[in-house]
Amino acid sequence: MTIQTSILPLAAILVSLLASIPIMLSHRVPNLREGWTLLAGVTKFAIVASMLPVILAGGGYEFVLAEVIPGVPIALRVDAMGLFFALVASFLWFFTSIYSIGYMRSLQEHAQTRYFASFAVAISATIGVAFAANLFTLYLFYEMLSLSTYPLVTHEQNAEARASGRKYLTYILGTSIGFALPAMLLTYAKAGTLDFTLGGILAGKADGMTVAILLVLFIFGFAKAGVMPFHGWLPAAMVAPTPVSSFLHGVAVVKVGVFSILRVIFYILGTDNLSSLHLGGVVTTLASVTIIVASLVALTQDNLKRRLAYSTIGQLSYMLLGAGMLTAAGMTGGVLHIAMHAFGKITLFLCAGAIYVASHKKYISQMDGLGRNMPITYTAFLLGSLSIIGMPPLGGFISKWNLVIGAVDGGQLLLLVVLLVSSLLNAAYFLPIVYRGFFASAPEGGHDGVREAPLLCVLPLSVTALGSLLLFFFPDTLLRLIRLALGLG
Amino acid sequence: MSGNLHMFVMAAPLVGALVVNLVGRINHRAILPLVLGFLTLSLVAAIGTMAGVLESGGFTYTVGNWQPPFGIELRIDHLSSLMLVLVSAVALIASFASLQSVAKDLADRQHHFFTLYLILIAGLHGLILTADAFNLYVLLEITSITTYGLIAMGRGRAPLSSFNYIIMGSIGACFYLLGVGYLYILTGTLNMADIAARLPQVNGTVAVATAFAFMLVGLWIKMAFFPLHGWLPRAYNDAPIGAGVLVAPLMTKVTIYLMLRVMFSVFSPQYEFFQHPDVQNLVVWGAAIGIICASALALGQRDLRRMLTYIIVAEVGYMVGGVWLANGTGLTGAVLHIVNDALMTLCLFLVAAAIISRNGSLAFDRLQGLYRRMPWTMAGFTLGAFAMIGVPPTCGFFSKWYLILGGIEAGQWPYVVALVFSSLVNAVLFFRIIEIAYFRGGEGHGHDDHGPVTEAPAMILAPLLVSAAALVLVGLATGPLVSNLIAQFVPVF
Repeated sequence: MTIQTSILPLAAILVSLLASIPIMLSHRVPNLREGWTLLAGVTKFAIVASMLPVILAGGGYEFVLAEVIPGVPIALRVDAMGLFFALVASFLWFFTSIYSIGYMRSLQEHAQTRYFASFAVAISATIGVAFAANLFTLYLFYEMLSLSTYPLVTHEQNAEARASGRKYLTYILGTSIGFALPAMLLTYAKAGTLDFTLGGILAGKADGMTVAILLVLFIFGFAKAGVMPFHGWLPAAMVAPTPVSSFLHGVAVVKVGVFSILRVIFYILGTDNLSSLHLGGVVTTLASVTIIVASLVALTQDNLKRRLAYSTIGQLSYMLLGAGMLTAAGMTGGVLHIAMHAFGKITLFLCAGAIYVASHKKYISQMDGLGRNMPITYTAFLLGSLSIIGMPPLGGFISKWNLVIGAVDGGQLLLLVVLLVSSLLNAAYFLPIVYRGFFASAPEGGHDGVREAPLLCVLPLSVTALGSLLLFFFPDTLLRLIRLALGLG
Repeated sequence: MSGNLHMFVMAAPLVGALVVNLVGRINHRAILPLVLGFLTLSLVAAIGTMAGVLESGGFTYTVGNWQPPFGIELRIDHLSSLMLVLVSAVALIASFASLQSVAKDLADRQHHFFTLYLILIAGLHGLILTADAFNLYVLLEITSITTYGLIAMGRGRAPLSSFNYIIMGSIGACFYLLGVGYLYILTGTLNMADIAARLPQVNGTVAVATAFAFMLVGLWIKMAFFPLHGWLPRAYNDAPIGAGVLVAPLMTKVTIYLMLRVMFSVFSPQYEFFQHPDVQNLVVWGAAIGIICASALALGQRDLRRMLTYIIVAEVGYMVGGVWLANGTGLTGAVLHIVNDALMTLCLFLVAAAIISRNGSLAFDRLQGLYRRMPWTMAGFTLGAFAMIGVPPTCGFFSKWYLILGGIEAGQWPYVVALVFSSLVNAVLFFRIIEIAYFRGGEGHGHDDHGPVTEAPAMILAPLLVSAAALVLVGLATGPLVSNLIAQFVPVF
């Protein structure tokens, strides 16, 4: 594998970070301000995509920013796993930006400049996590993401939003400082390096007990992944405007958590190492409990966004479940689910936002019959739901199929049961929403005058819904990246 | 080694004190250019000294060529040159804000204030340079007495707080002096290098241990090492703003440096760490408890500056603990933290000065809407807060990195837990303020009413922004800082 030094990974991160400056400067001209956002979005995706051929050919890019601590530089490296995540994130960011404009303007939200600037910093941090070459750099961007999303959660500035912001920081910052930071330092003390190396850096350098402690500290320390009992911030963060919930709390933030844990499992602790120490069960147990409990709680939620949030908590643990199986198919399915769930869940959130913009309805019980007024939105919602449930012909099927094969390969039939039960629960909490939307009779007074949300809202959610569909037919590039990332040839 | 640039570092503020007293008495407007001029000279000389040390290594210097034991010997090495630059840079940056606030608060006593101010700075430089255990005592008293004076110029209870500090400070000084006396009786010399050379002959005696204990406890009182910290929060909180921005960042940090000198230039790591391992454990435990208690006390404060004073006490625990971990990583972290903590404290005390100048109060419930009224000040505050919490790439993260790593290497888990706990508490402390100052004030969309922006005067804002930028720049320069300067000092254990 040839690694070339290149400024591309840095450019991919900086595009949106630098864009936050003109965004703030042009706060008096909203069209110009949003122009910057979109321009940054297109540029970022183009830069990320331009690295694809080299990565697929087995190459890589790297860029060392500064040797801050002797032996532990701030360094970027693009490998297959990082690019996989960056592709998904930057693609979806662009469409969320379009949606944001439609959403924020329709609702005449306040503080839009702060909103768009924070958003730009957040996506930079996300790409930074994807391209980090070592655990320290990853941690740096991870914290940057935590801090830049805080103003987005507290956006409404009322008592509820402030309380949620406090909860958000307490969980996210508390766990990263309390668990992930000591774990990182302990890793460094044992291994003498923090560079991501396929196969891990701790094999033979730390005893089983230490690795087990590290594993648990990292899983809980990256609480953005929402593993119970450190999941409480995610439902609370739903007070944020819907584009934030959809992109950040459906894709970027939560997947950064999962991505960080997967990075640690594959590239720090090492799958072979975990397998020989029989520690995969720790991951799968934590993940299984989260999957089942979160799905059950989701059933009870009437607030649509909260239901989606609990669904997200459950789905995130699918990815960890796959990694914890420590079988080739399981790990592939886990990583692939990052992309599949991203497309599905962002569609659902965007639909929830579109429904709110069009009808100002937040609760599922108020949405009877609404589907007849908003057929496009509800069709997209159906597609997103089916993908997450894991039905063909939608992308979610492929990742779940791999997870099932992984469980069978590993002889872990209990995990098979978890997967099946959870899929049924997914269907149970998603499909009634669609059913009631199309077939239930509208409440007293009906939904007269409610029409589809503005084009800027409907277009993105249609694109992501179609994306879910297309990923079923064309998953090859993503699968190829995952095979490269996991060293499966 | 040629040149005696280091003499200018100390002499510039000393001469400046005389000139300011004489000229400033007649013309108050001359004070500003004089203070800034002498402090700039001091900083330039300090940077020159550091450049010389980096090029050709450290050396000792005898003032007036009088040989020890009769002459005054100075020691210029990597550590002391770093401290010289730190102190002179912080003093220069702080003096802008001091000049502004003193001209407002103590208009008729400016020349008194700045005479003490400059003597204090000269004294700090002397403390850094001296290679003589008794001169160290004299200079310690010079800095302390000037500080008492500066603090007593504050309003309200300031004289009482200063008096409290005098009592505690004097006890500390006596302890230190007693220790020096013991050493003199044992070795017949006061020169640090000579004492170090002769101590092995009397090694293991109770008298040596007593001397060591007296000196160390004396310094611990002076640096407010928990539980000997009682005087600090009151003294620093009641001090005039102009004194606080200088004293708070520097005094405790220079005292930590003195502890390093006593431990590594007079005594040896072998003596303090390995001959009495129980003592070493005990001190690290004490530091851990101190960090936790001081952080908890900080949680109880409802005023920005009082909160900061307790954070200073906690940070002293960081550094003492780091030094006593008895490994190179911890010691590196402690020295790095001297630099970083000085800058963070400077930044946050400048923020306090800025807020006082416009807002009049630092009580939490009066901070609403500050982000809108003072955007630049609060941007600096945010950076300072991130550094205190330890968010990369601000400098606070990197010293914490070394300190925690040192704790892990030494297997001192209580200390590791205390550091992590303190970081978490700092996160709570500062985000509580950010939440009040940013998001509270006018429910819902309230902050869209565009009230007037009343930013702090440039004389406070400019140094504030410089110090805030330094937090990131020094953080990113951690690599060269450690390998070129700090690693040269850290002994091999």
